[in-house]
Amino acid sequence: MNTFADRFSTTTAASQLRHAQKLAEEEEFDATMWGSSAGFGSLTKGVPTFTVPAVPDPTAFLRLHTDDHADPSCRIKIKHGTTTLAFRFQGGVIVAVDSRATAGSYIASGTVKKVIEINPYLLGTMAGGAADCQFWETYLGMHCRLHELRNRERISVSAASKYLSNLVYSYKGMGLSMGTMICGWDKTGPAVFYVDSDGTRLKGDLFAVGSGSTFAYGVLDQGYRWDLTDEEAQELGRRSIYAAGHRDAFSGNTCNLYHVKEAGWTFLGNYDISQMHYEGPGDVPGAPGGGYGYDIRVEGRNSSDPPEEAAAA
Amino acid sequence: MSIMELNGGSVIAMVGKDCVAIASDLRLGNQALGISANFQKIFPVTDRIYLGLPGLATDVTTLRERFRFRVNMYTIKEEREIEPETFARLVSSTLYEHRFGPYFIEPVMAGLSKTPSGGYKPFIAAADLIGCLNFAKDFVVAGTASSKLYGVAEGLWEPDLEPEDLFETISQTLLNAVDRDAYSGWGCVVHVITKDKVVTRTLKGRMD
Repeated sequence: MNTFADRFSTTTAASQLRHAQKLAEEEEFDATMWGSSAGFGSLTKGVPTFTVPAVPDPTAFLRLHTDDHADPSCRIKIKHGTTTLAFRFQGGVIVAVDSRATAGSYIASGTVKKVIEINPYLLGTMAGGAADCQFWETYLGMHCRLHELRNRERISVSAASKYLSNLVYSYKGMGLSMGTMICGWDKTGPAVFYVDSDGTRLKGDLFAVGSGSTFAYGVLDQGYRWDLTDEEAQELGRRSIYAAGHRDAFSGNTCNLYHVKEAGWTFLGNYDISQMHYEGPGDVPGAPGGGYGYDIRVEGRNSSDPPEEAAAA
Repeated sequence: MSIMELNGGSVIAMVGKDCVAIASDLRLGNQALGISANFQKIFPVTDRIYLGLPGLATDVTTLRERFRFRVNMYTIKEEREIEPETFARLVSSTLYEHRFGPYFIEPVMAGLSKTPSGGYKPFIAAADLIGCLNFAKDFVVAGTASSKLYGVAEGLWEPDLEPEDLFETISQTLLNAVDRDAYSGWGCVVHVITKDKVVTRTLKGRMD
């Protein structure tokens, strides 16, 4: 008799459990939503929903099994090795990235798009987990649009980057891996923010991220000035990515170059790094003419191949 | 961090019709950092034997000198040049001497051996780092790009290639394989050994 009463009661422990289970089931969204949400079916509740490992402490479990730079001997391998850079100058923002994806020593792809076009005024760069960067920066794009609709003005680069950094911070410890630069032009002018999955968010003039970043910084720091012309700045971005692609085993193949101006970003081109080494970037403004490679630059005037007068003397 | 991947580099050898070819990349790295684009990994042993030593760079230098010494001692004692088969055994025993603290090198050998009738027969072989010999009839590979080299070589190699065709085959194999390996590349060198000459060519490769 008690069991019969329990079934229709709303106050007993068993009914409370039933109620909770019913609520939990409703959390699952309808599969049909995938067909009408531009591929973002998991966002139909307004916030993204993810399945987490069914263990008492998902964060501890994920830390044990996912790649984290605190523990490089990792299990779930994520694309590493990249060179990305962005800098602010008088004429806007230059964004330049390489296009190599490696899995261990294997070069999995040489044609990766590491610049994510968030909207016509915002660019994000990709380093670390490709999927993490791609998903969250696209998601950021949706929220930037909602901001525009709500406030009747474009979101500032500062606000957009803070949105992203707060978002990834809420997943801290769950294995997200991203090092990104959010670049754009807003009311304040050109802006660059560095955001990573640790939750770091930095405003600055000049950043390089990835395994080849040290090589890129070398060239970038040497040639950087605020009053760079557009052509000089574009050449500096290209040359810096070349340097990293050349020296770093995990960067290379090609360089993608973007310039953000007041009217939004423009894609300037895709430059083969080996071609830049031997022949230079081709007929583009700012290019010095001739290859970037040391052996090519100093041909006929170095100790092993001296100029004719020196050889004769 | 793997010692075999510390400096990077790869070597391949192929058999052709009355000829053999051996080729390597030219990179010397310190893990991800590229240091040199003209690091020699292939060395002549006799006029008709070449030896490739991919692996740890310090051991490349050590083993090159060690094999030079041992081949010279052989030549003096026997009063004749060493044959490729014999040299392969010499390489194998030299490596096995260090069974419990090996040199981090996987040698690749290519040469032409004298036949009783006075002709020459192509010979290639490879060994692991403690001297297990692998005599192949088609091609042998070693180094950080070895898995990629196997794939391309399986697709491109065919029997009885003439020296010029063998050169093209081994060059394309190496060039394309190292473009998929982060630790190999930065230019290549190819040696084609025929009965009366050795042709050595340096190839322009991707520099990233």
